[in-house]
Amino acid sequence: MHTVSLLVENKPGALARVSNMFARRGYNIESLAVGPTERPDVSRITLRVDCSRESLEQLEKQMHKLVNVLRVSTLEAGEAVERELALVKVNAPPARRGELMALGEVFRARVADLGPDSIVFEIVGHPEEISSFEELLRPHGLKELARTGRIGLGRASAGRASRTQRVLH
Amino acid sequence: MLGSDAILRSLEEEGVDVAFGIPGGAILPTYDAFARGSAVRHVLCRHEQGAGHMAEGYARASGRVGVAIATSGPGVTNLVTPIADAWMDSTPLVCVTGQVRSSLIGTDAFQETDATGITLPIVKHSWLVQDVEELPHVIKAAFHVARSGRPGPVLVDVAKDVQETEFDFRYPDSVDLPGWRPPQSVHPLQIVEAAKAIKQAQRPILYVGGGTINANACDELLELAETGGIPVVTTLMAKGAFPDSHPLALGAPGMHGSKWANWALNKADLIIAVGSRFDDRVTGKLTAFAPGAKVIHFDIDPAEIGKLRRADIPVVGPLAEAIGQLARELLELIEPGYVGPLAWRRQVEEWRAAFPYRYDRDGEFLKPQAVIETLRDLTAERDDVVWTTGVGQHQMWAMQYLVCDRPRTFITSGGLGTMGYGVPAAIGAKAARPDASVVCIDGDGCFQMTAQELATSALEGLPITVVIVNNGWLGMVRQWQEMFYDSRFSETHLTHQVPDYAQLAEAYGCAGFTLSTEDELESVLDEALNCGRTAVVDARCDPEEKCFPMIPAGAAATDVIEFTDLEESVEA
Repeated sequence: MHTVSLLVENKPGALARVSNMFARRGYNIESLAVGPTERPDVSRITLRVDCSRESLEQLEKQMHKLVNVLRVSTLEAGEAVERELALVKVNAPPARRGELMALGEVFRARVADLGPDSIVFEIVGHPEEISSFEELLRPHGLKELARTGRIGLGRASAGRASRTQRVLH
Repeated sequence: MLGSDAILRSLEEEGVDVAFGIPGGAILPTYDAFARGSAVRHVLCRHEQGAGHMAEGYARASGRVGVAIATSGPGVTNLVTPIADAWMDSTPLVCVTGQVRSSLIGTDAFQETDATGITLPIVKHSWLVQDVEELPHVIKAAFHVARSGRPGPVLVDVAKDVQETEFDFRYPDSVDLPGWRPPQSVHPLQIVEAAKAIKQAQRPILYVGGGTINANACDELLELAETGGIPVVTTLMAKGAFPDSHPLALGAPGMHGSKWANWALNKADLIIAVGSRFDDRVTGKLTAFAPGAKVIHFDIDPAEIGKLRRADIPVVGPLAEAIGQLARELLELIEPGYVGPLAWRRQVEEWRAAFPYRYDRDGEFLKPQAVIETLRDLTAERDDVVWTTGVGQHQMWAMQYLVCDRPRTFITSGGLGTMGYGVPAAIGAKAARPDASVVCIDGDGCFQMTAQELATSALEGLPITVVIVNNGWLGMVRQWQEMFYDSRFSETHLTHQVPDYAQLAEAYGCAGFTLSTEDELESVLDEALNCGRTAVVDARCDPEEKCFPMIPAGAAATDVIEFTDLEESVEA
């Protein structure tokens, strides 16, 4: 699985051109996040794709050819900060509430909403942490889940130090 | 100035002399601008598919960008096939289409279709123009994108109200496309590596594709081949990129290429791929393709490098520059009197002598190959002959038997394999090169897909000669049915006589001829070629003739089925 970060012109159809290219060449996008950047005329697309290293190289070259695509980079694990946000609605009858709250605290998940028999947690973190949280909540009865898809940036400390310096995520 | 006039002024600024199209509701303002006058000649077609293929034929014959104009909805959906065709064969094409008014977009209005959406996977880029101020910038960018880097089609979809809006027109001097940066130069170290590899190779071969013609790199190719004494195979799309009559020319490899070209390509120890893309119709079974060869791959499109076959020495950049540099670098490396791989060339010549293209000229029916050979001989003395074809058996025979010594003289639909390409492409080629003799070799199935453009040819003063290799069948499909589907000829019989092609031609204001014997072949073709107007020759040929050699789909390229193999199996 690879994380690809694209800077694209903020123009109609830019996302469609990118996603279509994946579909047309037979690759499935596992996760996709689109949003603004520091420049109003530029958007960032972060996507996850499950393919071989050779296919990734081919996909990168094909993305480069899209007129709206300004930059293509692959985020390598360890050299990038990757985050995701999730909202999780879980069954929480009064008797289980304390247990769930404690679980949430371990993951630094915030209670976004509380109802008589359910809780909505908000969690921000590395996508794998979110997956762990999700798995631990599942036995309690996961009612609904929404994940934003991962976003990422190359580390501020990237370059010399990136492989040795482990920054907590 | 009105947006509609601005479209035509912009085309004029780009040096467009001919555009092919058909008016309709959403593009009416632009046709009104044509009525007000333009340096752009408009050729009125009978179907938008015809307009698109004409623009392609124009582009391929001239090396310039072809322009097609259509209305919204069915107008643009009819353009989809030529756009896809141009995409597959890297033909520079600008399609200008009308769109419903901005206020109606998204409402399923009359003749509304999502033109940019429908064409998304088959264009280099597209624009929907809803602000007239953007119009000149978009058209400038459209031409730039269509012709730069690896050429291809673009679409400019213009809302009707934009065409009707007044604004201050000024054509921009430059384009603002920060994301479009095709390679501009070649890495010199790669050229040095390539030259060394060529010098060391025992069995080098140049594998030349259509990109070489697109890049106008044919002179450099000739220089390279002659400097190194390197044999050259030219794919279907590259026919004419290297002179067919040159001693180093091996012609086409691939599914219906010669045995000698396929063997040479597959037994080489060094493949120098120039603007070619290791298409399945060339390689056959990819894993068995040229197992002993090192690959140098030249292409303007980085995504073609390593897409199908790993390149040992990748060279990305403009081909004319790259190949020219390589020829000079090689010249530096070799001693005077260098003859190149002599033993290898002798080996290839032995194969050529042992396995020539052949067919049995005897028998009850006229042979399609004889029609093409006669056409070739009758036109041999002409200064400028441009051939176009449809898709199928006749196309493969044309590839095998015609002799094209110059680029842009063989225009065909390679990647998409678009039946019906031949007639409109010929009309477009004639518009580009009015002094050339333009001959379309077509199949009877292909001809019926775009025959209505005979009217365009007759009325627009764009005379062409169409020779229908009429075997009464969808011949290539029939061949596959015979060879791979146990002769179950399912839905492939068209008949020799319906329609009567000569009468159909006459109905369209063209000259019609019919022939069915070898005796009349020369005189009738000669008359058709010299009649001074559009002529259609219905050459009724052997319905059972098959195209050989043939590499069955998915087989290794060296496992060629020969004409003689079949004869032997019949005898056995």
